[in-house]
Formats: sequence, structure tokens, C-alpha cells
Amino acid sequence: MVHERPRQRGIVWEYATVSAKFRLLATAAMGALAFGLVTSQASAEDAIVGLITKTNTNPFFVKMREGAEAKAKELGVELRSFAGKYDGDNQAQVEAIESLIAAGAKGILITPSDTAAIVPTVKKARDAGILVIALDTPLSPIEAADATFATDNFKAGEFIGQWAKATLGDGAANAKIAMLDLNASQVTVDVLRDQGFLKGFGVDVKDAAKIGDEDDARIVGHDVTDGSEEGGRTAMENLLQKDPEINVVYTINEPAAAGAYEALKAMGMESSVLVVSVDGGCPGVNNVKDGVIGATSMQFPLMMASMGVQAVVDHAASGKKPENSPGLDFFNTGVELITDKPVDGLPSITSEEGLKKCWG
Amino acid sequence: MSTNDPASTRGMQDFERSLASSDKTLASFEEGRKTFLQRLQHFLHGNPTAIPAIVLLLGVLLFSAIVGSRFFHPINLSLIIQQVTIIGILGIAQTLIVFTAGIDLSVGAIMVLASVIMGKLAVVAGVPTALAFLMGLGAGGLCGLINGLLVTTFRLPPFIVTLGTWNIFFALNLWYSASETIRSQDITANAPFLQLLGTTINFFGARLTYGSVLMLLLFGVFWYVLNRTAFGRHLYATGDDPDAARLSGINTDKVLLAVYVTAGVICAIAAWALIGRIGSVSPQAGYTSNLDSITAVVIGGTSLFGGRGSIFGTLIGALIVGVFRNGLALSGVDVLWQEFTVGLLIIVAVAIDQWIRKVAA
Repeated sequence: MVHERPRQRGIVWEYATVSAKFRLLATAAMGALAFGLVTSQASAEDAIVGLITKTNTNPFFVKMREGAEAKAKELGVELRSFAGKYDGDNQAQVEAIESLIAAGAKGILITPSDTAAIVPTVKKARDAGILVIALDTPLSPIEAADATFATDNFKAGEFIGQWAKATLGDGAANAKIAMLDLNASQVTVDVLRDQGFLKGFGVDVKDAAKIGDEDDARIVGHDVTDGSEEGGRTAMENLLQKDPEINVVYTINEPAAAGAYEALKAMGMESSVLVVSVDGGCPGVNNVKDGVIGATSMQFPLMMASMGVQAVVDHAASGKKPENSPGLDFFNTGVELITDKPVDGLPSITSEEGLKKCWG
Repeated sequence: MSTNDPASTRGMQDFERSLASSDKTLASFEEGRKTFLQRLQHFLHGNPTAIPAIVLLLGVLLFSAIVGSRFFHPINLSLIIQQVTIIGILGIAQTLIVFTAGIDLSVGAIMVLASVIMGKLAVVAGVPTALAFLMGLGAGGLCGLINGLLVTTFRLPPFIVTLGTWNIFFALNLWYSASETIRSQDITANAPFLQLLGTTINFFGARLTYGSVLMLLLFGVFWYVLNRTAFGRHLYATGDDPDAARLSGINTDKVLLAVYVTAGVICAIAAWALIGRIGSVSPQAGYTSNLDSITAVVIGGTSLFGGRGSIFGTLIGALIVGVFRNGLALSGVDVLWQEFTVGLLIIVAVAIDQWIRKVAA
């Protein structure tokens, strides 16, 4: 009754090849469209600044683009924005740099999706005399860019670690910690925040470039969230199954924290557990206000982008390159701790003040 | 003839004597002796969910042995059901389409778009919650209708159609939501109905949400539709051999269109369950759900070539992924091995399907 139908297998092959062609066509069409839109907005003699973000979906990058656009308008330069289709889309970023080189851009601001793979293309741009500034995520090696404007993610983690430790007081010695990380690839920002938190909490992190090599018994476990609510909830549920006595939850970002909170609420544990996070998005700061998140480290994407545009314009005028923050190999755009339960010796601002500075 | 016994009347002629020792079986198809493997192949051909069911059982036994009572505990096992709720519901939509030898890459995007429409209308625009909810369901159905029309009217392959609409629906979602999350607290204050499916109920030590109960009910409903209604049989027939189905009087285009619209509405129901599960409405949610739902369908033993498989296979497929993720997490295994295991399960499932399809009918 069931017949072998090679005809159908043929169709599947056809799908595969057609889909590859389709994608090429679609990319080309979208590139052409974006180009047309941007060039129609500004006159030809303006200096061109390129902004390349990982995606154009994450509010963090949406804010970054807004900051860059505002600054570009103020300084009278033309901003061309590009983004990958998904986090990790290196190919789209390579194409974006290539078209910016071809357009004769003065500077490129990039949040690299693949910090190592993009380096040869970045070198081509620098060889063409373009100032390349990495925003938010350093290239590897970091000196592959002319400058890096980023959040000190280790510091961001350390702040919330110190806050959690101080808030627990003597209880910190017997804490049960859940670590809700980003994903399995151990990308820089994930590692820095995770290890920063643990160091701030007073855990021996062993190799600070590696998540999960610690042997401190207070750590119940690490799980991944993809930085999303759903991922945060599932990871929290699984770690609670491992140890229902968890009382400190570190989260890679605020959506993951919101998901973790839902899991804690379902177990009736939301009031006895400290949740800490990093980001400073407006929903996250509102969650600090409502007691969902105990403390969060705010970063400043708008500032990164506007400083980046300023640096490109300065460089074009005077040839001066931006300098690093003292003691760091990048320019620190700052981190602020947001909490409504401040602790001694740790500067912080309230959620009320935080709402004035938040993004997204 | 008075009697059948030749010996009693005239005596048997010589040439007839050999008849007694000759082969007396009737004409029949040649029935070669079947090896164990061939019999297994036939059994699996008739029972496509047997393998996934065995894998699920083995998975549960394995992790019960490794992790112990923390895994094999009513609370943890029911937790796994909660965790697969979204993928399970999307899996129903995906299964219906895969049965027609199609594939839907846009299910996750339809779900997120529907959840954003429900949330934004009810919380931000102040539309009555019931109306916002219905408009979300309608939007899901409309997305499905677009997919269905492109597949039937323009004869485009479902893979291409849904690859396109996946991007389109996702872009619409980002535009409409402005990439902004609607927080749990704001939904609780303005439209608590949207979070209804997140309500937990306890029975016999297990904890389920309304969402997971709804998922199980939907599986039951669609099992009935597929196996006990004319529409269901038409759907299978269309998937198995569209030409034969058309020749036997089935309006295959109408069947396909109905399937895509139904799938769209199911995605919108998944959106409701998603809001219940994560509390908030996030335009970033569900980005991998398309592939996760296909994973559940494939591991559940449904053939991507259409016409064969069981809706409950998808539930089992989703549960297998859930059991392995949860079990490996509880064992403290590095997360990359979770991905590794899921990948392995997919390939094994498809390999088994290919082998079963070679069965001599």
C-alpha cells in the first residue's frame, strides 16, 4: 500500500537548491533596498559612518542605532546601518563591511557576531584607511579594532555578585547559587559576566576564561537560557529540581531573569530568592522596582554608539584615535548598579533614577 | 458422484496413487521465511510510534538510574510535560502539515506574532481582553490562510512559501511590537486572562499547568479528527498520494487550505500558552520553535514524505527531547551534550524512517 516514490525525494532536493538560490536573491534584494533608502536620505558630500549590529531585533541594538542616528544628525554625517539576520550571522557582517569599503566610509562601528572570523575583513577596512571601532563586544584579539567602546562586563557581573553577597550577609557562606548563562559557546560577554559575578560573590573562579570549572559547593549548577524568558524559565526549573534550596540566581540578562522569576513564582519561592541580572533595559529596571530582580547592572548602548560616531568624526578631522580607559584595553562606557536595596560600600542608584536612563 | 473415495468403487488407477503423497496446499503468494528484522520492519511500518515510545521509556529508565528520585518524581516528570507544552502545541500544527507531505517553517513566527497582537491590543491599546484574544486567534488563522493560498493557488512548494512567510511574519512582529517586551506585571494588571494557561494545578503529587492540560486535550481532539472523521482520512490520503486522492474525489486543495488555516489557529493557541508560561509577551521569544517543532515531529516517527505517522508520535517526540534535556541537566552534564544528543536522536529517527519506507508492501 505504500510505494517507494523517488519522485518525492527529487522534490526535496529541489527545495534545497531553490532555497539556497532564494536566500541569495533575497539578500541581494534587501541589500539593494537598504542602500536605496539610506542614500536617498543624505546628500553625497556627507562623510559616511557605518553601523553594523549583530541583529536589528534586540532592543539593545535598536537603541544603539537610535543613539548613532541622533549623533550623526547632530554632526551632519550620514549613517548607514546594517545588521545580521541572527546572532552569529558573520556572513552578513562581512558583506556590510565590504559595501562600506566600496562606499568610501570614514569609519565603521561594529558589534561583531563572530569576534574572530570577522577580523580579516576588518583588516581590509583598516587597510583602506577606515577607522574601525568595536562596540559592546571586543574583537579577538581586541587590538584588531582601532578602538573598543564597551561595557566592562566583568565589572557588571562583579557589582551584582558583591551586592548579592552583602545582601545575604552571613548567609552568603551557605548560599545555593544558580547560574543562568547564555548558551553553550562560552562567548566573551557570557564568560565575563558569569565569572565577574562569582568573583564578586567570593567564589574561587579558577580559570576566569571558562564557565563551569569552579568546584565551590555553593554553586548548584549552570544552565543556558539563550537570553530569553522561555529559556530562563526552563533553566530555572531544571536547576530547582537539582536543588530546591537555591536562594541566589544569577542571570545573563533581564529577559532570562523574568523567566526565572516565573519559575520561582510557580514554586511559591519568589520572595525568598535573590535574582540578579545585567542590562538596564526599561522592562528590567521596572522589574527591579517591582522586586522581581534584586539588582541589575545597567549598561549604556546609546552612549557607546553616539561616542563611536563622535570618534569617527574627530578622527576624520584631526587623525586622533580614541584612547582606552586607564588600566583596561578598551574604553569603558560605564556600568551602574540599579537596586532599591542599596548596601554599604557599593555605589548604586534607585530604580526610580534608573528609569530615566534605561533603554529598550 | 456417490462417493469421493475412489478405492471403494473401481479401485485407484496407478497414476493416481502418487496423488496421496503430493503437495495439497492451495495456490498462494510466495511467503519467504521472514527474518526477525523483516518482521520488525513490518511491525514498525504499521506502528510508527513504537520506536519513539521505546526510546522515551528507555530515556526515562536511563535517567531514573543515573539521577535517581530527583528525576523519577511526579513533580519532575510533570515539569517536563510543562516544559514541552509550547513545542507540543506547535508540534500538532506541524504534524498536520507534515502529514500532507509539506513543512511549515513559519509556525514559531506565527505564534510570536499572535502573542504580540494579543498582548499589545489588550495591555497597550486597551481593547477588551476577550476581543484581543480572538483577534490574536484570527491573526494566526490569517497567517495560515496566506501560507495555504500560496501553496494551493500558486502551486509553490510549502518549504519555500513558509521560508518566506517566516521572515515576513517575524518582521511584522518586530515592527508591531517595536522590539519591546510587555512585562508580566502589566499583563496581570490589565489582561490576566492571557496568563490563564500558566495557572498550576496539583493532582496526585504532580503539577500541571492549564496549558499542559490543554496541550494533552488538543492531542486527543486531533487524534480523533485524524482517525475518526472524513476530513482526517482525506488529509492522510492527500499526503500519501495526492493524485490518487484527487482521482477518488477528494478536493485536495480544499483539504490543504483547511490544514494550513487550522495550523495557523493552533499556533495562536500556542501563543496563549506561551504567554501563560513566560508571563510576559516577548517579541524575541520562540525564535527556534520552528525547528524544535520539526524535531518533535521527526523524532516522533512521522515521515517527512507525508501520509504516515501518528499525532501522538509528536507528543512522544517532544517528550523525548524534554526528558533528555531535563535528565542531562540534572546529571550536571555540560549543555553542549544536550544539543549533541538531540542531534543524534533526529538522525537516528530519520534513518529508521528511511529503513521502514523500504518495507516490501
